[in-house]
Amino acid sequence: MGSVRTAVVGVGQTRHVAARHDVSMAGLVREAAREALDDAGMDFGDVDAVVIGKAPDMFEGVVMPELYLADALGATGKPMLRVHTAGSVGGSTAIVAAKLVMAGIHERVLTVAFEKQSESNATWGLTVEMPFSAPLVAGAGGYFAPLIRAYIRRSGAPSHIGHLVAVKDRRNALRNPKAHLHLPDIDLKAVEESFLLWEPLRYLDTCPSSDGAMALVLGSEDVAATVPGPVAWIHGTAMRSEPTMFAGRDQVNPRAGRECAADVYAQAGVTDPRRDFDCAEVYVPFSWYEPMWLENLGFCAQGEGWKLTESGATALDGDIPWNPSGGVLSSNPIGASGMIRFGEAAQQVRGRAGDCQVPLHTGRALGHAYGGGSQFFSMWVVGAELPA
Amino acid sequence: MRDVAVIGFAQVISARERERNEVELIIPAVRGALADAGIARSEVDFTISGSCDYLSGGPFTFVSGLDAAGAWPPVKESHVEMDAAWALYEAWVAIQTGDVDSALIYGFGKSSLGDLHEIMTLQTDPYTVAPLWPSMVDLAALQASVFLAATGRSDAELAAVAARSRRAALANPYAVAAEDVAEDALLARPVTHAPLRDADIAPITDGAAAMIIAVRDVAERHCERPAYLRGIEHRVDPQGLGLRDLTTSTSATLAAHAAGVADGPVEVAELHAQFSHEELILREALGLGDDVEVNPSGGALGANPVMATGLIRIGEVATRIRSGAVRRGVAHAAQGPCLQQNLVCVLEADR
Repeated sequence: MGSVRTAVVGVGQTRHVAARHDVSMAGLVREAAREALDDAGMDFGDVDAVVIGKAPDMFEGVVMPELYLADALGATGKPMLRVHTAGSVGGSTAIVAAKLVMAGIHERVLTVAFEKQSESNATWGLTVEMPFSAPLVAGAGGYFAPLIRAYIRRSGAPSHIGHLVAVKDRRNALRNPKAHLHLPDIDLKAVEESFLLWEPLRYLDTCPSSDGAMALVLGSEDVAATVPGPVAWIHGTAMRSEPTMFAGRDQVNPRAGRECAADVYAQAGVTDPRRDFDCAEVYVPFSWYEPMWLENLGFCAQGEGWKLTESGATALDGDIPWNPSGGVLSSNPIGASGMIRFGEAAQQVRGRAGDCQVPLHTGRALGHAYGGGSQFFSMWVVGAELPA
Repeated sequence: MRDVAVIGFAQVISARERERNEVELIIPAVRGALADAGIARSEVDFTISGSCDYLSGGPFTFVSGLDAAGAWPPVKESHVEMDAAWALYEAWVAIQTGDVDSALIYGFGKSSLGDLHEIMTLQTDPYTVAPLWPSMVDLAALQASVFLAATGRSDAELAAVAARSRRAALANPYAVAAEDVAEDALLARPVTHAPLRDADIAPITDGAAAMIIAVRDVAERHCERPAYLRGIEHRVDPQGLGLRDLTTSTSATLAAHAAGVADGPVEVAELHAQFSHEELILREALGLGDDVEVNPSGGALGANPVMATGLIRIGEVATRIRSGAVRRGVAHAAQGPCLQQNLVCVLEADR
């Protein structure tokens, strides 16, 4: 952590839908940025630097699209960075932006993450045969399903646990007007009867493909004192990566995820995440990843994650709500999904989460993102109070 | 700000690499930079790369690149879809937060796998410009025409830049376009994209480059003469060619001013000019006098491993400072059509 205390002083996001035919990519990112700046009581001219994040360029078919987007985001004459760390990118982008303030380089930084999946086809984009490499041709679900089966075998979890998460997150999304999926009739039976994609994942166990953007305005302590609304203070940030081709990896419970969590908890003084957080916004693109990440992030002992899910502890009225916004299972503009987690965590501690708001006791929340084949992690802890 | 210096650098360059993939190009570059710095991989706190998926034609190029750099036990790591000069900038920021004291930066790409000049068309506005398929050379030629017309210069000045670069490249073991050629001989060659000739256009190059930077106390422990980053700044222009003055590079001027180029004498400058006219534009934009030695390595006209070319400019200046050849130099990186985004770095020997 740097020497300048830093806060999220503005949050904005688009509504997330399958295809935003009404806007260009520039229109999409500008919509989120405009809302975040309005929230912060600022205009584009007030911003010192712009940090853009998104997942692979092939998802839209534009090479380094931030170059074309610079004008729409008011970056002319300013520093602009483009981060790409796979699915964790939304979180990583927010962290890079935060570092610019923490390091004392800038006072006000606008950061935007987006994906406009309707411009291309993500599964195609993920399965291109690479020169000199063995083709995977599996898409994300095909990659993660065997890891989920390994988790089930390890933990002895009953088969309905994933479906519980699928229902819970979609019910939460009914309270979130910006969520992509609004499925008022969803129940356990509907998930169980949806068609099988990659065993054990059924159609309703998986995230949608969305168009959407998320924007945050980050400010120094001096800036935070001048903005109109409440702010979310950054209590810790961490990123960790591990290799892809390495037999020593545990892809079900990755060491990079555990160490990333340990790092960010230590910065924030968190010793018992289940007790110390009011809620967590965690990257759960396939339902089973809730119990898996509950264990990886230390919310329970190994093998106990599914029991926490089954007990209802992670529901909106549970003692540690996970993904009160509806999560990635309800909105998935891939490159933005991580920043949505980070931003929704900030909205919770600001008391700005609307109908998704959880009661604030500790005033702290976790934002989490992961990417690739579970080898890239980014996390932050935000709080209503100034960090110690 | 904490003092940060370049303490290690290495590059692996090939005209059209047939044998090794990107991972196999990165491994010797990373090992070379670590050896140059005399530092162990495990002693480096932060890791970051710059690459472009479209060069290889598949997503997540950087993922296997990380395997080459080494990431076990897990590392603090990031990646920019930008020239690795901007990865250096992010590493510098990470060090400024106090969270880390040293960093490994690498950039890589194999431009030979596809048609680089057409791939870069996809950097343009996807709704109004890209459908017209202007290649990056077409756009550069447009800028060169506007520049020559506005300044009254002739293509002989372009040929002078190209000839000097190709001759300088003879002394650079990593250059792929080197020849002992005179300006007049180049002028006799055909114009391929008016007013540009082939020698005015950076060659297709594959390669990787890696760099180690560290804060002062680590740098002094590992390096007799570290090359300190006295200023590192970057700025962007709007992309639309009708939205900016193509006869100059406003963002390069802003970055040079912020980085403090004019705060001391500039002995050497390495400019990321992929076309001859870009060097002329950049000399003016950065305020470099006629006495400044520009691109002694041959520059991007000598070797252009896209996504590493900018980082190599910084490495070339750092190497000259570390050897004692110069005390103060300027390195520049660019990306985007017609010098849209520019990074300027001032490097100095200590005191």
